[in-house]
Amino acid sequence: MTHQPVLSIQNLHVEYTARRGKVKAVRDVSFDVFPGETVAVIGESGCGKTTLALALVRLLARSAKITGGKVLFQGGKYSAPIDVLRLNRRQLRAFRWRNCAMVFQSALNALNPVLKVSAQVQDTARAHGEHDAKQIEERALWLFQQVRLDPRRVYDAYPHELSGGMRQRVLLALGLLLDPQVVILDEPTTALDVLTQRTIIEVLKRLREEMGFALIFISHDLSMAAELAHRIVTMYAGNIVEIGQVNEVFYQPKHPYTLGLMRAVPNLSGQRTDLISIHGSPPDLIDPPHGCAFAPRCAYVQPICHQQAPPLEMRATDHASACHFWDQLPILREMPALQPKAID
Amino acid sequence: MTNSTPILALEGVHKHFKAGRNTIRVLQDVSLSVTQGEIVCLVGESGCGKTTTGKIIAGLSSPTMGKVFFEGQDVRHLSGEAFNAYRRAVQIVHQDPYASLNPTQTLYRMLSFPLFRHRMVRTQSEARARVLELLQLVDLTPPEDFIDKFPHQLSGGQRQRVSIARALTVNPRLIVADEPVSMVDVSIRVSLLNTLSDLQRRLNLTFVFITHDLAVARYFAWEGRIAVMYLGRIVELGSAPEVTAQPQHPYTRALITSLPEPDPQLTRNKQRIGLRSEDIPSLLRIPNGCAFHPRCPWHVPTVCDVALPELARTESSSLAACHVTAQTAQHAAALAAQAQESN
Repeated sequence: MTHQPVLSIQNLHVEYTARRGKVKAVRDVSFDVFPGETVAVIGESGCGKTTLALALVRLLARSAKITGGKVLFQGGKYSAPIDVLRLNRRQLRAFRWRNCAMVFQSALNALNPVLKVSAQVQDTARAHGEHDAKQIEERALWLFQQVRLDPRRVYDAYPHELSGGMRQRVLLALGLLLDPQVVILDEPTTALDVLTQRTIIEVLKRLREEMGFALIFISHDLSMAAELAHRIVTMYAGNIVEIGQVNEVFYQPKHPYTLGLMRAVPNLSGQRTDLISIHGSPPDLIDPPHGCAFAPRCAYVQPICHQQAPPLEMRATDHASACHFWDQLPILREMPALQPKAID
Repeated sequence: MTNSTPILALEGVHKHFKAGRNTIRVLQDVSLSVTQGEIVCLVGESGCGKTTTGKIIAGLSSPTMGKVFFEGQDVRHLSGEAFNAYRRAVQIVHQDPYASLNPTQTLYRMLSFPLFRHRMVRTQSEARARVLELLQLVDLTPPEDFIDKFPHQLSGGQRQRVSIARALTVNPRLIVADEPVSMVDVSIRVSLLNTLSDLQRRLNLTFVFITHDLAVARYFAWEGRIAVMYLGRIVELGSAPEVTAQPQHPYTRALITSLPEPDPQLTRNKQRIGLRSEDIPSLLRIPNGCAFHPRCPWHVPTVCDVALPELARTESSSLAACHVTAQTAQHAAALAAQAQESN
């Protein structure tokens, strides 16, 4: 991956103002996303993953403030990196959807119930300066076909006539309407049934290949991440605690929190292994603990962990973690000889 | 398990709901028997009838047709003390710990109410001692720190433990747990499951565990059974290891091959089976014959869309309701018989 990242997040900080004080929801987060790459951001609820996603397209709630950092985007009409955080309203409007589309979690609420799907497609396109209704319709029908919907029927339907899985696919197609370079998916398959989830996964795999967009998906579902991602970002208490290539992170995690997550998920095939939970609960982000935020729950904790926050550093090829004792963690599984298909 | 009478049995249970002029057939001909101390997982997608089955077992809903037996007695004919005994013996743990606990009551009030109601304690101090014991049982320790708290002071996982403690107040023998871990985070899910397993062993409880997650079902019911439901019917029933390792019904097979797994190599190299249709039919228009036939990759025209398959023996020790597997099983049996004869 010698080329430029399509999105480069640098030292991003986001805070919410609450009655008790400032909630430091995203703390010093940096990572790059390359064209065509899929990055999964995993972590438990409250770890800051949704806040991070919203910050990337500046859709944060009014109580939230980006207190530092840069989000550099390069692609589409921008041949040199621009800082998304410095765009004015008009530029931002153009950036969203055309360069970076966000597909939200609750497909049931994201569509306007009183408008036909066709109207919502046309509205979106017009708002972004596309006025050729015929051409937009053709594009939408093609996209509906791609996401395995009956194009004509869905185009002329009201949202309530569609099932949850169908609506989720409509949203996905709508997100891709303007051929964005980056697509952000927030929990794309929660609340969907297994077979519908499988359809979405297959559709995503095909479309990203065909359309070449980079995909950032936010999920607490490790299995989804294992299936779709090229790289994994683990977040804990607003920080990135581990980032690396998918096999590296799954088979040889170098942060005890990631290791804990891996050991807590039941598998379906192969040996039934006893699962181990991570005891305790995530820290208060108004007053995060001193040193490593995971220390109070960590099985490998040492005195230094309570005093000094470990930096996020490279521990193996393209694999960084923020742990003082990363080299003492057990290897979960031998790394397979075969790497998942690399992206070029 | 010396007693051969199952603790609970459903026989030909149907449940219909009226919606305007339409009748929604939520459950059709569900039969299931559960023995004392057993774990049975009901698995299926939304709308398959698993929650309704749970409610009927717990006596919160009554079947439109069919019978429910508790320790050999038809629950419809129970009255007075016998009915109360059944209601005490079967308790339910609901899915959403944010909705199922009264926000205005402390844990003590919540947990002591049923104790007084069922005259299991007489004085406040007896009640307090019993509540402390219950909190200890569900690993809310030290219990003294929790007993006077309100639900809003607890995390989701802790609330779900309170729900479990509440179900345990009246010394039940069978617990219906309806998606008890689906609303809590990954790291907490396991400890809740382990607590439930622990209680099952220590108190010799019987569990009907409802989940949409086959991996959770396999983990929890490893020594028990899994019943896979589809559009109101049980389509496969067998031991958990067998159902997950050698699924017999094409629907079970589709579920298992569709599920991603937390292992990048494994999940990417899994053989998938394709379905003929993506979308689940409406409960208002359940397909004729086998309800799965419009989606089934093994569909045999004029057989599957006409005749309803019954739960029958298969090549494995599970039961499955599928014409195709039934035929393969018959074929295999015939071959085996032939082989025996020629020996």
